[in-house]
Amino acid sequence: MEETLFDKLWNQHLVQSLDGGEDLIAIDRVFLHERTGSVALMSLVDSGRKAVRPEHVFCTMDHIVSNKSDRDKDDARTPDGDVFISATRRAAKKAGVNLIDVLDANQGIVHVISPELGIAQPGLTLVCPDSHTCSQGALGALAWGIGSTDAEHAIATGCLRIKKPRQMRINVDGALGSGVSAKDLVLHIIQTLGVDGAKRCAVEFSGDAISAMSIEERLTLCNMAVEFAAFTAIIAPDETTIDYVKGKKFAPSGQAWNDAKAYWASLVTDNGAEFDFDYTIKAADVVPTVTWGTNPSQAVAITGEVPSLDASSERALEYMNLRPGTAITDLKIDGAFIGSCTNARLSDLRIAAKILEGQKVASGVTAICVPGSMAVRRAAEAEGLDKIFKAAGFEWGAAGCAFCFYAGGETFSPGSRVISSTNRNFEGRQGPGVRTHLASPAIVAASALAGRISLTS
Amino acid sequence: MNAPFIIHTGVAAPFIRDNVDTDQIIPSREMKSVYKTGLKDGLFAGQRYIKDRIPNPDFILNQQGYEAASILLSGQNFGCGSSREHAVWALKEYGFRAVVAESFGEIFYNNCVRNGILPIQLSAEHIYKLPKTLTIDLQGQTVNGVSFDIPEGDKAMLVGGLDPIAMTLQKQAEIDAFIAQDKVNRPWAY
Repeated sequence: MEETLFDKLWNQHLVQSLDGGEDLIAIDRVFLHERTGSVALMSLVDSGRKAVRPEHVFCTMDHIVSNKSDRDKDDARTPDGDVFISATRRAAKKAGVNLIDVLDANQGIVHVISPELGIAQPGLTLVCPDSHTCSQGALGALAWGIGSTDAEHAIATGCLRIKKPRQMRINVDGALGSGVSAKDLVLHIIQTLGVDGAKRCAVEFSGDAISAMSIEERLTLCNMAVEFAAFTAIIAPDETTIDYVKGKKFAPSGQAWNDAKAYWASLVTDNGAEFDFDYTIKAADVVPTVTWGTNPSQAVAITGEVPSLDASSERALEYMNLRPGTAITDLKIDGAFIGSCTNARLSDLRIAAKILEGQKVASGVTAICVPGSMAVRRAAEAEGLDKIFKAAGFEWGAAGCAFCFYAGGETFSPGSRVISSTNRNFEGRQGPGVRTHLASPAIVAASALAGRISLTS
Repeated sequence: MNAPFIIHTGVAAPFIRDNVDTDQIIPSREMKSVYKTGLKDGLFAGQRYIKDRIPNPDFILNQQGYEAASILLSGQNFGCGSSREHAVWALKEYGFRAVVAESFGEIFYNNCVRNGILPIQLSAEHIYKLPKTLTIDLQGQTVNGVSFDIPEGDKAMLVGGLDPIAMTLQKQAEIDAFIAQDKVNRPWAY
């Protein structure tokens, strides 16, 4: 019988179907961070249980760690955040898991370093108490976000109890236009399908536009699957994937690499396999896109206007201080942020730097760039990108989740309008009263220079 | 172990809007504890308080008769966004036993079941008609006589107040057999 890629991964990891409609699924890798992982580790240790395969559990510090360039090992960006950092460090050491600590050269946002270090690989199941774990489906891994209790479950048993989700395919036909990014595509998809459009679905992205994407673009695309309620997203591994994974620190090597590669070639959806939902999107229809509201589906072409909509949007318009009919490019900004697990990889920084080179951020705009990992930061510095950012007037931070969400410390001032390469524009997400517009790094950079939402400086 | 959920009668607070994300249920700045407790004061902090932690009179839980609500009513996609289980721990610590909504964020839903909070999916039409005091019968799968669906496994876990980790550890022999075979099939994964 024809199987989807997701069916193959699910069946490969199926330990047993349980009474009550759940399956017991084997988990290959668990990733933790200091915000939600510490609770899982402490609860594990307190209950007297142990990690079954501590060598397959990884823990990083990303969410509340300070982003200052001269940070020390306990510095947090939230009051009393040092308690989380030290508790996580202690619990990780006690449980014997891999700890990627604040000052470690490999430190960074979990969804950036997991592919970077070869921890995420095609065909593996990987979970993390973080909703953007779906990012790593970009490598052909079956990766999804869970809660802390399920993280403890996966660490203690090597398995999770889970209902098999429904399946959706989103085929992106043709080629994306010049200057149209993976971020524009995913905002377009979320706007089209709605904020719960992929509810309880494992989404497979396929088609020419996807095959043409780099792994970094695929990570951006899959990252936001949770923003339209998907269980996860996945892209079949191909030559691009294999080239990317090869030689990474935790990737297989020698004979194991050859065996793995042969298996990965089978990880495709069979012709004729059926999905519960099947959509086709024409890549040519996708244009540079920006959100205007307070969820990622409230998006519009950058050349468009703030829409006039139904009562459910009124609250969003009020929070965002917007009037229907206003041109998006008429919106003045107070802040610009390039960072997060969505868009803070080297390719994102290169695109932004190209726009910023030799230019200055508009007066009154607070502009911040926080690379997704210390490896990205080092690579960017080796190319001189940091100098371009700083000369333009951007702050240049140390890796972490940073201003993607407000943790209680410094942020943009209440009421400020911020263009952001992040994934969430919820009320208060980047700080109390802060009005976030999501966009690609190119739009963030151009807007920072123009002082208003802009496609070109 | 969670308290078993059999029959619960309590006040239902209507917080009817769509896409109430977990950032709203507990803002990140309110996640001050490294444990599963100490979170109830941060519940809905953005809406619950005006300046200086003064209760916002417009917020439902600050209104007379709703302070001790144990059931929350909401709209579509409740609990979407961040996976933070703190959202569920804060609801639990405040005293909520059930959330009735049109639909739920997937991770939030699972987190509820694992913490003894019953997530009930009902249509908007039914939710709007519910009175202030509700009786939920999980075994009979009704809210004031209106039927709801729940996966059998989730129901068993809630009714029994079961610990899913302990349940899975009872499957150790099956897990060991699977792993032994999987190591042969996919040696590079180990």
